[in-house]
Amino acid sequence: MPPLPESAPSAPTARPTICPGCSEPQAPDDRFCGRCGRDLNAPPDPEPAGQEPDAAEPQGAEPQGAESRAAGTAAGAAEQAPPGQAVNGADPQATGAFLLAPPRAGSSDETLPLGFSARLSDPDGPDGPDAPERVGAPAAGTAPGSAPVPASAGPVCVACGLGGVDDDGYCEHCGHAQPRQRDHQEKELEGVAAVSDRGLRHHRNEDAFTLGSAALPDGSAAVAAVVCDGVSTAHRPDDASAAAAATGRESLLAALEQGTAPDEAMRGALLAAFDAVGALAAEESPEPPAAHHNSPACTYVSAVVTGPVFTVGWIGDSRAYWIPDDRGTPAARLTEDDSWAARMVSAGLMSEAEAYADERAHAITGWLGADAVEADPHVAAFQPEGPGVIVVCTDGLWNYAESAAEMAEAVPADARTRPLASARALLGVALDGGGHDNVTVAVLPFPTGVAGAGFPPA
Amino acid sequence: MPSLSKSNVPQFSVDVYQNEYLPEGGREVNAIVTVTSTGGGTSGGRPLPGNPAAAGVVIMVDCSGSMEYPPTKMRNAREATAVAIDALRDGVSFAVVAGTHQAREVYPANGGLAVADPATRAQAKQALRKLTASGGTAIGTWLRLADRLLSASDVAIRHGILLTDGRNEHEKPEDLQSALDACSGRFTCDARGVGTDWEVKELTGIASALLGSVDIVADPAGLAADFQAMMENAMGKEVADVALRVWAPQNVEIAFVKQVAPTVEDLTARRTEAGPRVGDYPTGSWGDESRDYHVCVKVPPAVVGQEMLAARVSLVLPEPDGTSQVLTQALVRAVWTDDMAASTRISPQVAHYTGQAELAQAIQQGLEARKSGDLDSATAKLGRAVQLASASGNEDTAKLLAKVVDVVDAANGTVRLKPKVADADEMTLETRSTKTVRVKK
Repeated sequence: MPPLPESAPSAPTARPTICPGCSEPQAPDDRFCGRCGRDLNAPPDPEPAGQEPDAAEPQGAEPQGAESRAAGTAAGAAEQAPPGQAVNGADPQATGAFLLAPPRAGSSDETLPLGFSARLSDPDGPDGPDAPERVGAPAAGTAPGSAPVPASAGPVCVACGLGGVDDDGYCEHCGHAQPRQRDHQEKELEGVAAVSDRGLRHHRNEDAFTLGSAALPDGSAAVAAVVCDGVSTAHRPDDASAAAAATGRESLLAALEQGTAPDEAMRGALLAAFDAVGALAAEESPEPPAAHHNSPACTYVSAVVTGPVFTVGWIGDSRAYWIPDDRGTPAARLTEDDSWAARMVSAGLMSEAEAYADERAHAITGWLGADAVEADPHVAAFQPEGPGVIVVCTDGLWNYAESAAEMAEAVPADARTRPLASARALLGVALDGGGHDNVTVAVLPFPTGVAGAGFPPA
Repeated sequence: MPSLSKSNVPQFSVDVYQNEYLPEGGREVNAIVTVTSTGGGTSGGRPLPGNPAAAGVVIMVDCSGSMEYPPTKMRNAREATAVAIDALRDGVSFAVVAGTHQAREVYPANGGLAVADPATRAQAKQALRKLTASGGTAIGTWLRLADRLLSASDVAIRHGILLTDGRNEHEKPEDLQSALDACSGRFTCDARGVGTDWEVKELTGIASALLGSVDIVADPAGLAADFQAMMENAMGKEVADVALRVWAPQNVEIAFVKQVAPTVEDLTARRTEAGPRVGDYPTGSWGDESRDYHVCVKVPPAVVGQEMLAARVSLVLPEPDGTSQVLTQALVRAVWTDDMAASTRISPQVAHYTGQAELAQAIQQGLEARKSGDLDSATAKLGRAVQLASASGNEDTAKLLAKVVDVVDAANGTVRLKPKVADADEMTLETRSTKTVRVKK
């Protein structure tokens, strides 16, 4: 069977009014048979799906063909339909379950623009408790969520491989929600990289991050990362985190460019983000009734490298760690959580182990949002002795590497030279650990290699 | 308020209230779908191409012999019909049918409908004077005649108003049922029982099959006001044959679809297939109003972190060419989570209407048990009804219940059956048992 072009669904071929496979009557605009799932655009006498080697045919790819497919996808994936849409030969109706896409093997991090390195190393493979692969887009972290895959590409459901995708982003056959842009995001700038992922247990990604750099008045460069974690029990947590990350980044960079001291700029950014999240509550539509309705809320952690120092600011329980290149020197946790557990420990009421074992451990005591008690930004500046990386992350990561030593173990040795690969590796740690929450991690090499930034004086 | 810029088809909006979060392995998704239509024209109907007369109403008046006892009954029925005729807007088509063991055209008596204007209204009221009471009751024949008259005129909104005082004694129940089957979907009909000699189940069955309201007019003197209200309600309808369309994905099973406000009406069995995995449930005609539906679907279990569309609910309007126009739609979702706080929460709307449906059932079962002499069961069921009515703020139903039982403790549902209950009170309670109240905001 000849490969079908991507535009096949819109080709003006006369479609059968009954399914050639099972004789089920079809509406003129049906693309697949509602009964047997047959592709109505396919030529009348197709071979069994398992013998189709071509990667362009949405239904044809086989798990066995993954190696050759991966090579083809690596180059062309950016403009193709999600690579995860391939399904194995089993009949999804027979199993009744959502089919999971097979992993692609034999591809390296550098050549894969979509960067599923973490997922690819998942030993569970297609049988694991995995979610379908996402439409990974290396887009800006500020992009608003849930943009459905463009219909013109004729996307096919990633779960059942049978139905088309409707305007709301659900499969027209099995109803399964399709991957959203925010489910997995990556970004790399000179001197900083970050990855954000939905994880394995949450249905959407409520984390957000932004990266940026600015030229300081003295000509040196400042590199910053902002990571926010939407509070799940609040309304629109994904909007809250996106707004906070975007606003914080803008405020921070603008202040630095004007020559504001980094700690003042950081404090200003935290307050600007706080106001941005608070403003979301004001624009609320009365759509969900008042019962069980919390204002949009999120946490915030940010780090900015300016010459020989770096500055960290935070509200909530997202964290920053210092991981020195020389693992002989101690790594450090740079932030103090606004959380129940941290309060119990600092008040001397419980040991750290006891406090974090408690089910209330993660209840946060400080956040950005209209219903926060007060805006209480924490800012700290550091001047490390040697090179290393700053890891800025949400609890979706640090739950699996809580102490500074554990985090140092998880961070690859070459993190400073390969920040994006390191961020992916850290995401892999979180997913291997169970991926119970959204995971977002930014890696900032220190000193920054960005042109204009001087090596810190010894 | 009428707006010249708007079409006569009202704007429909759909809101879904649900807790979409399910625990791991959870299968049942409940949603309350609130449908509101607003802003239609006030011309009384949706104009069909080339046909300005868009609404037709047939009034069916029981003229069986029993209507003469007491003689005020026939007089009141005549007066009420006259009031209803006066309420007809100019341009609306209408007819009056006298019902006995057979159906007879009273006005215009030409095999069709008359168009309302001052002259025809006067003629119709003149014709009412000739109504006399004699003969039996065969409601099926009345409905069939109404259907013939309405279908003879090309009207989009077809409505009947049926008044009876007695049981359908002069035809077999099967005959009535087959008449209902024949008329169902062809016109809507409100039914009123006057006095206490009629059968509640019979009239509620008619109103339910024909998507209309049912009520008791225990005192014939109240007829005129009720007829006027019914006619104004019918005049307010702007669009007919609206269906609630439910699409569900493969392997998703629709457990039930019920109208839950303003009254409880189970529509599950009235589904007609409209395509693969798509079914239409009839809702009849709509004016400016709001109704609530409870949709319950069973989805295949999935692991935590998955999300799916459990159902897509839309309002559709059939077009003359056989296709249908989607007026509005909304989504019912399912999201599996390990957050117990999220998955164990019950939507207040779902909880409320689940209680209202149970309330209607408890009243019906309680009255049934009382009639059959099972007093323990009747006390338990009616006690539960009192409890539900009290908790949900359904005060009208609570008042009706208080005429049948002595309430000892409403919160706990402790009641005593009254030794003597007026027939009218018992019938009123039974007839109005399906009336619900909306969620307290």
